[in-house]
Amino acid sequence: MLEVKGIENGIVIDHIHAGNGLKIFNLLFTDTEQPVVLLMNVKSELLGRKDIIKVENVFNVNLDLLGLIDQKITVNVIKDGRLAEKIITSVPKTIKGGMKCHNPRCITHSDDYAIPVFTLVKANGKLEYECSYCEEITVYKL
Amino acid sequence: MRHLIEPEDFSLEEIEKVVDIGLEIYENPKAFNKICDGKILASLFFEPSTRTKFSFDSAMMRLGGNVIGFADADTSSAKKGESLADTIRVMGYYADVIVMRHPKEGAPKLASQYSSIPVINGGDGGHQHPTQTLTDLITIKKYKGTISGHSIAFCGDLKYGRTVHSLIRTLARFGTKKFALVSPEELRLPETLKRQLVDKYQVELIEVPYMEDIIDEVDIFYMTRIQKERFFNEADYLKLKNSFKLTREKLKNAKPDMIIMHPLPRVNEIAYDVDDDQRAVYFEQSEMGVFVRMALIAKLLEVGPYARS
Repeated sequence: MLEVKGIENGIVIDHIHAGNGLKIFNLLFTDTEQPVVLLMNVKSELLGRKDIIKVENVFNVNLDLLGLIDQKITVNVIKDGRLAEKIITSVPKTIKGGMKCHNPRCITHSDDYAIPVFTLVKANGKLEYECSYCEEITVYKL
Repeated sequence: MRHLIEPEDFSLEEIEKVVDIGLEIYENPKAFNKICDGKILASLFFEPSTRTKFSFDSAMMRLGGNVIGFADADTSSAKKGESLADTIRVMGYYADVIVMRHPKEGAPKLASQYSSIPVINGGDGGHQHPTQTLTDLITIKKYKGTISGHSIAFCGDLKYGRTVHSLIRTLARFGTKKFALVSPEELRLPETLKRQLVDKYQVELIEVPYMEDIIDEVDIFYMTRIQKERFFNEADYLKLKNSFKLTREKLKNAKPDMIIMHPLPRVNEIAYDVDDDQRAVYFEQSEMGVFVRMALIAKLLEVGPYARS
């Protein structure tokens, strides 16, 4: 069986639905200079198969974005080899950054000053968010 | 400091007061013709407009104030790539209140976040046009005595027509519980707005395919223009355009005190012979827009009837 060492300091993003790990890596960690491990298709009691991402020396991660992608994700913050904090992500009620307005006529596409805040209006099946500038609905898709 | 970016920025009491003061100004304009003496309106039209721009200019001049600005983004620094926020920041030194129209939806909200003076949204793409809503409300109050309590039908392009969206939402806030909607299937009221109206205001929406199905029953008939470019092909447009044209013949059994409204410009959706019908108030509607905008400017500048004691 493939074995990966635990990390001393950093975060472990666990319980990622199998297949979403690479998408999360591409969204959040392609620019980091810290060591990152992406494990795919690991056996899981909860999910059957899951992905895991371990990032060394990084303690902050966009939890809103993780909550959007996958609502079962847990983020374990590791300090000095011990679990310092365990965060369970949830669907964010508001999102600032990390998402683009679906409306091509929205000012947020043409003015750097306009950073939209998205407010959740419906989460039944689809994650529908309203743009703070144009009020159009954007459905989140990974 | 207050802005008017969308009708929801004002409470119902504030909207009704602006309408009432607009009617007072209409009755006695001389009493208000100096209240903006020394004040300047910056009229920033990043895309063309006829009624909105000139009615604001006229409103400010009739209040004794002055107007600066541009009617075309090509004559402003926006052409050189200046950000909207920078243009607006600087305007704060030159004027006391801004009215702006912009093709990008949400641009007036962005402007309000960087402005040191009140900002009025004069229309942002297909999004909001709150002063058209005020214009519609003052017209309804002038001709029907009250803002709410009337049966109303909207006809034409209900999908892209921002004036319709703002007015329906505002009338629903005022307690109107039923709206009749007449439009081609392609141009029906958007589902998100329908859902909001039903969930938030418990409104009943009656959709009918022809204006003849409803015109005899309503107190207010609100027409909008159907634009050719909204259709996938010209054949569909030509087939439908006459179904949504209001003629004298279609009015023959309508209530004698019904009013016909239209935000203008009108192209061919209201036959010219309807203009002489006493129920047609769309030109007067444009006239009332000046008075309600005068009241709005007074409110945002806190002058005249809005002066702080």
